[in-house]
Amino acid sequence: MLLKVVDLSKEFDGLRALDRVSFTAEEGEILGIIGPNGAGKTTLFNLISGIYPASSGEIHFQGRSILQMKPHEISHLGIGRTFQIVRPFQNLDVETNILVACGHPFYPDLWRSAEPFRKNEILEEVQMIIERTGLRPYTKQLARNLPLGFKKRLEIARALALHPRLLLLDEPSGGLRFEESTQLMDLIRRVRDQGISVLLIEHNMQVVMDLCERIVVLDHGTRIAEGTPGEIRSNPRVIQAYLGKET
Amino acid sequence: MIGGYVITILITVVIYAILAHSLNIITGHAGQISLGHAAFFGIGAYSSALLYTEAGLPFWISVPLAAVVSGFIGALLGIPCLRVRDDFLAITTMGINFVVEAVFLYIPFFGGAMGIGGINLPRWFGREMTKPEYFFLIVMVFLLLLLLDRRLGRSWIGLAWASIREDEQSAEAMGVDVVRFKVMAFILGSSIAGLAGGFYAHFLTFIMPQNFGFGQSILILCMVVFGGIGTRWGPILGAIILGILPEISRPIMEYRTLVYGLLLLAMMRFQPGGLLGAESILPKFLRMVLRRS
Repeated sequence: MLLKVVDLSKEFDGLRALDRVSFTAEEGEILGIIGPNGAGKTTLFNLISGIYPASSGEIHFQGRSILQMKPHEISHLGIGRTFQIVRPFQNLDVETNILVACGHPFYPDLWRSAEPFRKNEILEEVQMIIERTGLRPYTKQLARNLPLGFKKRLEIARALALHPRLLLLDEPSGGLRFEESTQLMDLIRRVRDQGISVLLIEHNMQVVMDLCERIVVLDHGTRIAEGTPGEIRSNPRVIQAYLGKET
Repeated sequence: MIGGYVITILITVVIYAILAHSLNIITGHAGQISLGHAAFFGIGAYSSALLYTEAGLPFWISVPLAAVVSGFIGALLGIPCLRVRDDFLAITTMGINFVVEAVFLYIPFFGGAMGIGGINLPRWFGREMTKPEYFFLIVMVFLLLLLLDRRLGRSWIGLAWASIREDEQSAEAMGVDVVRFKVMAFILGSSIAGLAGGFYAHFLTFIMPQNFGFGQSILILCMVVFGGIGTRWGPILGAIILGILPEISRPIMEYRTLVYGLLLLAMMRFQPGGLLGAESILPKFLRMVLRRS
């Protein structure tokens, strides 16, 4: 078991954004997290990646509690993430964006972080990641000049440079055209095939049903269902959460 | 060879260039706004002055120690301050400046409003250094600082600073310990400002609290922004232009604050990157000329 979340809750000034959510993610699977707007999906990601402290509950990654860890420590353990509203380093070029993540083994040590970053083996790795994520034509472009689809790829590329065991992808297909999103899904599948597990928040049902082995459904901060795409599709509680109750 | 007046201006300009360079590390490289940089300039000046006049240490020891003291106080103040962001950081650093100036002014140990006198130019070869020699010394030190800056710019530290400047949350997600690298920039910038303070004290021979007030902080920030924040040469160009301008024209000297304020507004409106910023007119023009020839 790669990731285990137990009874995780988060309150913001009395508002329960997440209420005793539990689930697990296995090695090498794509686990979908779906739910209507405001269900607490992004909050869940922000808790796992350490941006907010949890109100209660447990998060274990590779058998280790990561509840008290800071975001940079969690990224060192091998959890990479992307953001719902993309946040690449806008005024750095694509190559440098990825280089920042390649520095993760160097940052904790003062003397090693004083070493020059332009070293052959690191630049080669950056080129490999650029190749894998299809960013080749944009290598020297500033991130802010990239089309949205490629900004999203860049965020994935950056996360891959952390050598992650788990990727948290927050709505990768949001705002993309059909072809762009299909290509991105291919990329996510290839990432998984390399043995990296993926947690995927997604609104596009087509994408979720195609890509995920299992799906967790959240509504108003609670987990209302978990199962294979087929099970989820026919689950009455899920249908109710999305379409409302019949009167 | 060079007149006393000219050498005085030259030395002042180099000291301002070191100051602008040190603020550029904090504000330009790491993206942390500071409106109180003169506080660390002052801490350096007062430390080296007291170490020289009270403890009897020679210039060659008092000035490096002044840099260490400034860096240390920078760390003490920076660790709590750098947990807040943007506008809060601006206000906090401004507050630091007022507090430090008040300490110099009201605590008798620091000489009060009269300041501290009797600080001399350094001695070497059994005599006091001449002003041109002193100018040469601080230029050499400045060149070493620029080499260090280049080295850091090519290191993971420089990259971590750039990522923090661009987006703190993303930087953290990439494994950058944001608070630690911010404090690092703050310590380095403060200690270099302290070094500049030491050079300044030994050059002026007496120092007063007013030399290190909020106005001075704004002047340093103007130099950085005017020349090109985040660029290596911009702050130096800013220090040269804004340092010499009031000397060659009396009216500018009298309306100094007004002129700098207007200049800052104009830069923000028309050339936010500063004279040497990547998107600014001057570098574009130079590139065009180079391409033609």
